[in-house]
Amino acid sequence: MRVKESYIIITFKTTEEAIAMESHCKTCGIPGRLIPIPRTVTAGCGICWRMKPEEYGEYQQELNLMKHEHITEVLM
Amino acid sequence: MIYFDNAATTLQKPPQVEEAVLRAMRTLGNAGRGAHEPTLQAAREIYETRVALAELFHISDPMRIAFTSNATEAMNTAISGLFCPGDHVVTTVCEHNSVLRPLYRMEQYGVELSFLQADRNGLPDYSQLETLCRRNTKAIVMTHASNLTGNVNDLKRVSAFAKEKGLLLVTDAAQTAGIIPIDVQELGIDVLCFTGHKGLLGPQGTGGLYVRSGIVIPSFKVGGSGVHSYDRVHPDEMPTALEAGTLNGHGIAGLRAALGYLKQTGIEQIYEKERKLADRFVNGIRDIPGVTLYGDFSRDDAAGSRNRVAIVSLNIRDEDSAAVADWLWEDYGICVRAGAHCAPLMHRTFGTVNQGAVRFSFSHYNTEEEIDLAIRAVRELAQ
Repeated sequence: MRVKESYIIITFKTTEEAIAMESHCKTCGIPGRLIPIPRTVTAGCGICWRMKPEEYGEYQQELNLMKHEHITEVLM
Repeated sequence: MIYFDNAATTLQKPPQVEEAVLRAMRTLGNAGRGAHEPTLQAAREIYETRVALAELFHISDPMRIAFTSNATEAMNTAISGLFCPGDHVVTTVCEHNSVLRPLYRMEQYGVELSFLQADRNGLPDYSQLETLCRRNTKAIVMTHASNLTGNVNDLKRVSAFAKEKGLLLVTDAAQTAGIIPIDVQELGIDVLCFTGHKGLLGPQGTGGLYVRSGIVIPSFKVGGSGVHSYDRVHPDEMPTALEAGTLNGHGIAGLRAALGYLKQTGIEQIYEKERKLADRFVNGIRDIPGVTLYGDFSRDDAAGSRNRVAIVSLNIRDEDSAAVADWLWEDYGICVRAGAHCAPLMHRTFGTVNQGAVRFSFSHYNTEEEIDLAIRAVRELAQ
């Protein structure tokens, strides 16, 4: 099994919001990627944006402006 | 073959459209149904198409656009979702059955309808708006351009009236999207229904509707969404609320390529070319004895008013329009549309219910040589 690490998970209400986040992050050079939603997280949309906590800290303000449901830290 | 049935569907598409569809069929998964690369790629394609449509129609939030399979589905979604028994709706005799039949169905459930009549050139009599409105009037449902006459309706005027009275404006842009610039904010359009396979030059099976923020349209269709799967009710967030089931991702990828072509070419240039071709045709046939034209051809486009789309409907004396269309095909290889064009009230206005009309509709891909052949064909058939 892989060693588990801590990640920031940003969830969305719709797939479109998730893709909008990806598009924005790509354009602005914000690291992270879309992954299937971990089972420990409750969310409407089955995909979420995952990034390292230290990278989230760097872009937190900008990311909060994008449409999303919740932001949470998960060991995965 | 000369194809003059572009109001039904544009036959010639930009080459990048078919390339995009083929590429999509080879690479795209089902958008929103997982997080692997093919499904994400499909979701990205659909998202970017939404963004491109929002840019085209000056829509500030792309999420307010939902995809449908055509303008008819969009109109059905809007009309069945917006009106309740006891509501009154004003519409026009210029409408296509994609507007009329959903409205007639709602009439059976208690929605009241009134029709703005048109003059002998098919132009709506806007002065009737005031008298048609009632205490329970909820909306004006109006086509941007008639699919029979090519007349472009004065949406600005209707929109100003609707705003003054607090009414919704629902617009059918089947014949104008991709040909005439549409700014939903400037025109005050609350719901815009469009198809992808006509002026937008995309594949059949694509279309959609824009719903202004603040308006909720419950969908008549619920089911798979890829989100909130354990809820008993379909999600109410736009656009998912109106997009139950797998979208036509392959077609939408083609539509995105078409939107790229339109942006690169410029829809103003496309309109000018189509208008020139249509005007050339009208000028070539209008004085032929026995030819009757349907529509308003009195206003030129000198001021860039864009008052017509490239549709010209006619009859030759009292000949059956179906026979004329068949002669055009057999003797000249010209494809046109005869009959009623799903516009029954417009034909009643012109007294052509039995005869129908022969509709020529042009694309910017057509040439002056093709137009000249059509002029010759009409002249010879009218002799």
